Amino acid sequence: MLAKRIIPCLDVRDGVVVKGVQFRNHEVMGSIIDLAKRYADEGADELVFYDITASSDGRRVDKSWVAKVAEVINIPFAVAGGIKSVEDAKTILAYGADKISINSPALADPSLITRLADKFGVQCVVVGIDTYYDKETDNYLVKQYTGDVSRTVTTHWHTLDWVEEVQKRGAGEIVLNMMNQDGMKNGYDLEQLKKVRAICKLPLIASGGAGTMDHFLEAFEIAHTDGALAASVFHKGTIHIPKLKEYLKSKGVCIRD
Amino acid sequence: MPIKICIIDTGSANLNSVVQAFKRLNYEAVVTSDTSELATADRLVLPGVGTACAVMSGVDKYNLRDFIINTKKPLLGICLGMQIQVTDSKEVPLESNDDVIPCLNIMPGHVVKIPDTGLYLPHMGWNTVTHTDHPLFDGIKQDAYFYFDHSFAIEVTENTIGKTNYGVDFSSAIAKDNFMGVQFHPEKSSKAGEQLVTNFIKNF
Repeated sequence: MLAKRIIPCLDVRDGVVVKGVQFRNHEVMGSIIDLAKRYADEGADELVFYDITASSDGRRVDKSWVAKVAEVINIPFAVAGGIKSVEDAKTILAYGADKISINSPALADPSLITRLADKFGVQCVVVGIDTYYDKETDNYLVKQYTGDVSRTVTTHWHTLDWVEEVQKRGAGEIVLNMMNQDGMKNGYDLEQLKKVRAICKLPLIASGGAGTMDHFLEAFEIAHTDGALAASVFHKGTIHIPKLKEYLKSKGVCIRD
Repeated sequence: MPIKICIIDTGSANLNSVVQAFKRLNYEAVVTSDTSELATADRLVLPGVGTACAVMSGVDKYNLRDFIINTKKPLLGICLGMQIQVTDSKEVPLESNDDVIPCLNIMPGHVVKIPDTGLYLPHMGWNTVTHTDHPLFDGIKQDAYFYFDHSFAIEVTENTIGKTNYGVDFSSAIAKDNFMGVQFHPEKSSKAGEQLVTNFIKNF
């Protein structure tokens, strides 16, 4: 049976791993290579690296660290941030990344999803969606350029419509970053995940809000996601990956040993 | 004499992952599409990323077809490099009127889209392989996890040496004579993948 995936997310800025709360106030968590290797050795199923400065600065960022990651780890990894063209993606994949994840540039030009899928295959095109629950209007809305608070905008897309759109255009996987929960450690937004799961025929990864082992269990058992992504709980050692996998297995979740 | 490993470059693949996998096991691998160099290899690896059509056009663009079909050296195909070893593939380009793309026909078999059984596609992530104790799987327990990332697969055939289930059973590993292929990515499959790559170097 296909195992549920545990995915540590490493936000990268200026060559180091950082983490903020609700996308702000970033603190340094450690070196890219050290953390990547540690998580691979501990049994992470996959890693995601978000270069959080790239899109919002509008500049080309040095991505040669991707090749270093490919040298040291023996599990798959995706790279996100600042991939605006087929050429950008080609560079990242040539460095040894398995998947590329696009977010703001897909909103700016949705045809990018199709062009990437045609060129590299749908299996390596991940679309990240930064979704925000607006309490006043009771709507889920997609945000863009979340790497920089001063440039972040709310798009005209409702989250569920955007999920439909990216599937039509050839995405191979969706990572749903639930912004209200990011770094809060009070659990994934299960209501929202369930709504997205109901219309998402692609692998779906939950992101934003994991604080306890039960939060992972809920994402798999209640929202039926394929993977659960988290950052601070792993970086700070609150949750130890081998213990998390043991716990999920004891609850009957299909987990790679 | 150290073993010479050549990675066959068909122009469409992301080859650094495979090179690095050998490097982590202390083997240097040469990436080339030059058949005179490929002819000196002790082991051949045929990776493939993208689509069957792209990989097949790469094979012909670099005049690799005759070399691959006729080599007597142990050859390991990975993902699409496995799929193109059988008769044909249903992964045709969207604009094409053909039903199938002819492949190398080294062994019989058909590549088909994984049927819709209510599971999500692509089949992406870690799944288990039940194998026939072929030497490629020496020291790898039954139902070990490997990393998969694909939507098309080879049906189970007489050459199947590893099976995986995703709604239906499909060939996750095949072998005939010196030709072997795996649907999963051993270069991304942690310890089990490293064992399989080591077996490929040592057991043939």
